Amino acid sequence: MSEHERETDAISGVETTGHEWDGIRELDNPLPRWWLWVFWACVVFAIGYWVAFPAWPGVNSYTQGLLGSSDRRDVASALVELDKVRGAGAAGLKNASLQQIEQDPELQAYALTLGQSVFGDNCATCHGAGGAGAKGYPNLRDDIWLWGGTLDDIAFTLKHGIRSGEPEARISMMPAFGRDKMLTPVQVQDMTEYVVALSGRPADRPAVDRSRQLYADQCASCHGVDGKGDQAQGAPNLTDGEWLYGSDRGAINGQIHNGRGGVMPAWGGRFSPETIKALAVYIHANSGQ
Amino acid sequence: MSLWKHHVKLEKHSLLLVIGIVLVVSVGGLVEIAPLFWLKSTIEKVEGVRPYTPLELAGRDIYIREGCYTCHSQMIRPLRDEVERYGHYSLAAESMYDHPFQWGSKRTGPDLARVGGKYSDGWHRDHLVDPRSVVPESVMPPYAFLVQRDASIRDIRAKMKTMTALGVPYTQEQLDTAEADFEAQADPFSMTAGDLRKRYGAKVVNRDFDGDPERVTEMDALIAYLQMLGTLVDFSTYEAGDPANQR
Repeated sequence: MSEHERETDAISGVETTGHEWDGIRELDNPLPRWWLWVFWACVVFAIGYWVAFPAWPGVNSYTQGLLGSSDRRDVASALVELDKVRGAGAAGLKNASLQQIEQDPELQAYALTLGQSVFGDNCATCHGAGGAGAKGYPNLRDDIWLWGGTLDDIAFTLKHGIRSGEPEARISMMPAFGRDKMLTPVQVQDMTEYVVALSGRPADRPAVDRSRQLYADQCASCHGVDGKGDQAQGAPNLTDGEWLYGSDRGAINGQIHNGRGGVMPAWGGRFSPETIKALAVYIHANSGQ
Repeated sequence: MSLWKHHVKLEKHSLLLVIGIVLVVSVGGLVEIAPLFWLKSTIEKVEGVRPYTPLELAGRDIYIREGCYTCHSQMIRPLRDEVERYGHYSLAAESMYDHPFQWGSKRTGPDLARVGGKYSDGWHRDHLVDPRSVVPESVMPPYAFLVQRDASIRDIRAKMKTMTALGVPYTQEQLDTAEADFEAQADPFSMTAGDLRKRYGAKVVNRDFDGDPERVTEMDALIAYLQMLGTLVDFSTYEAGDPANQR
């Protein structure tokens, strides 16, 4: 680049910048007028913005702005607005008992809508979008309940969880009979046959007979003498053909060996009492109860 | 015109030009970022926020290594929909011991700022091993290898010292017991878990996070980290309406 005198271009009549690159010179056209106006308008707007909104940092704080704008205050009032929109339904949930909600069609419709939306975002992750569950995650659509399927049972489970560590959580623990060497592998094998027989399927009779006393000693206190389970302890019914961890012999053997027990988080800290009610009504309405 | 003449000097000396550019560009940072380090109002005064336990810190490093932040944010914005879905909006105090913070800027998956306690350890394990086994519509890649790899205990103290250099207030005692605390948190029957809680707070839980009692795996560390996210602040003592907490 070389420095030349600024001169006027003969063709356009515009002054050049005086720069030259390999014989190419540059016209010094002024900025478009509209652009310049927009630029200055932006500068003026920015100054107004600084005054109106939080902008400049200081030593101890920052300029708050004349409008007193605050995202956190905005969201607080947006939530108050939301309560108003929900209005009667929300207030109804607060005061009504679970049974009252279920009997009042309007309130029930509100609870079902709220319950469905909360279920989709929080419960479906484990129990499936339709609540049909998966291996290790109970099906909520049938009439089989580990810890009870009444409205109050469901609400309690929701609030405190199962083995969640919350003080009032539902708790029970099946021993890991095989892993902790309470039973020998052969005994676990025999017991598997016994459980298969309990569910009404053909099983190895001698193995079943060998396990009879062992079942009475080790299992009956929770699962019942007849294998029908005990909801107070979350002990599943072994005769209903519904299996949390699988129905085949391998799965049953594995369960006797490891004694797995699922964890459901306590939702009492995350949801309002009204939301818990709505969820309980939703789950109850969609179950086979 | 005379000012333009001076500009020619800048244009003709590359070093001078670079210095000039750096000066101009740094104005933005000096005005917008630097004050956050000295303004007392930046970080809310809250109860409960503590530095990560050694196991959680290891889990956090795995979170960063695997690039979880590229699809998951940890920042619940003060907007109605987000507060309704995820819970209380994130506070600055909740990431004051994060170096670097994990706010993220993209949500292919959901926000994780308050995922702690939302799901069971078993679910996290199932989900990380094979996301589609529990969430059929998920597009998350599987991280099954985490259950096979031992979490690195060897460098945990060095990591904590690095954090100390960045301003995380680990005590000398916490540094000295890093390895013991690391192992205690992954052991449901640990005899020293009480000491761990004494050092890091009563809410710290010791569990076998990944269902493998034999080893402390990367899965243990990652789940320990995920299960404490967003659970530290005691919101019963936090006045969201206090003018000092408005932003």
